[in-house]
Amino acid sequence: MSDPRSQIREFVVQNFLFGENGDMTDDASFLAQGIIDSTGVLELVSHIEKTYGIRVRDEELTPDNLDSINAVVAYVERKLEEKGWVMVDG
Amino acid sequence: MVLAFFSVGLNTPGSGTVKAPGNHSLDLDPGNECSRIAHWLRRVLATTLRRRGVVVGVSGGVDSAVTATLATQALGKERVLVLLMPERHSSPETLDLSRLVAERLGVRVVEEDITGVLEALGFYRRYEAAVHQVIPEFGSGWSSKLVTSGVAAGRPYPVFSVIARAPNGLEVRQRLPVEVYLEIVAATNFKQRTRKMFEYYHADRLNYAVAGTPNRLEYDQGFFVKNGDGAADLKPIAHLYKTQVYQLAEYLDVPEEIRKRPPTSDTYSMSQGQDEFFFGLPFEQMDLCLYGKNEGLEARVVAEAARLTPEQVQAVWADIDRKRSGTRYLHMAPLLLHTL
Repeated sequence: MSDPRSQIREFVVQNFLFGENGDMTDDASFLAQGIIDSTGVLELVSHIEKTYGIRVRDEELTPDNLDSINAVVAYVERKLEEKGWVMVDG
Repeated sequence: MVLAFFSVGLNTPGSGTVKAPGNHSLDLDPGNECSRIAHWLRRVLATTLRRRGVVVGVSGGVDSAVTATLATQALGKERVLVLLMPERHSSPETLDLSRLVAERLGVRVVEEDITGVLEALGFYRRYEAAVHQVIPEFGSGWSSKLVTSGVAAGRPYPVFSVIARAPNGLEVRQRLPVEVYLEIVAATNFKQRTRKMFEYYHADRLNYAVAGTPNRLEYDQGFFVKNGDGAADLKPIAHLYKTQVYQLAEYLDVPEEIRKRPPTSDTYSMSQGQDEFFFGLPFEQMDLCLYGKNEGLEARVVAEAARLTPEQVQAVWADIDRKRSGTRYLHMAPLLLHTL
């Protein structure tokens, strides 16, 4: 199984870009780059909740947590740490 | 550019106008504007659309009332057909106000209750099943609506929730997962598309055109259903901010009950303001923000007029850009690989 960063990146590339990721970097803003719109954010949240078994609270729906690959990975790591889980690469 | 705004009325339909020095103002000359629209209506019907009149779906709101009145003044009452299209969830007030508009104008009126069509399409069943996923108790006797807490709550991302009221008056609010949100929207869009189907049926049989009724806020921000209320042959007030529509409504003597009625979507079984579902702010503030953005005004100037902070205005402007981007496809004709 791939590492969480790869999983999240794969989801974004496949779900929103139909596999044509171009040169999207891990710190590229989803909103600024036009990669994800408001409905897309809901899809991303749903994916995170189902994949990692976490609940994204309303107040956590912010660009700081969700507007790039790096932001999502960091957010998911924090949420899993709150649950006492650790993300394992590889 | 520094402009002073005066007499900004908030939360009172019909009173929110903005005055500014020079040419920058939401105030318009209603007489001139009505003449301009009337001339345009006659010209496009005669030379571009080649239709003999217009069909207007009237909802009891100010936009459709103004559109129907403008059409009647421009074309004569014998060339306007007003359609009333209630369904099970429509408020009784909607039908009463719609009839009032038609009676005042003296135009022909056809009432098409779309409940049966929506039943056949499975709308009520689909909608109830969708809400049931997040509120298992939801069922017969309950009412509900979709709401968003977006930019007004300082959120760059909207949070969509359903509010449901039980027969005993108890209200429940649940945030919607994406698939339930999309199902509710998709099912509800049956209403706008069914209404448009009837508008075109009557337009076809009369050789008329269909008049759409969006104001500038709705048109600009994509607050319409593609192939539903977004479909029309002409949109006579799409260039007017909502506050300007109210100015025309007053000039045209649209019934006061309609001018004083807060804008609603009249789409859900619970009363739902447009600001609850889509805009996130009352239209007076949205008008000011959109106007300021379109005119290149400074955020602090708009903030003062709209009674917001400059940071909130910036957030609204960012939301305007997001909605423009997110709803751009609603305005598009089908895309082709290359121009034919």
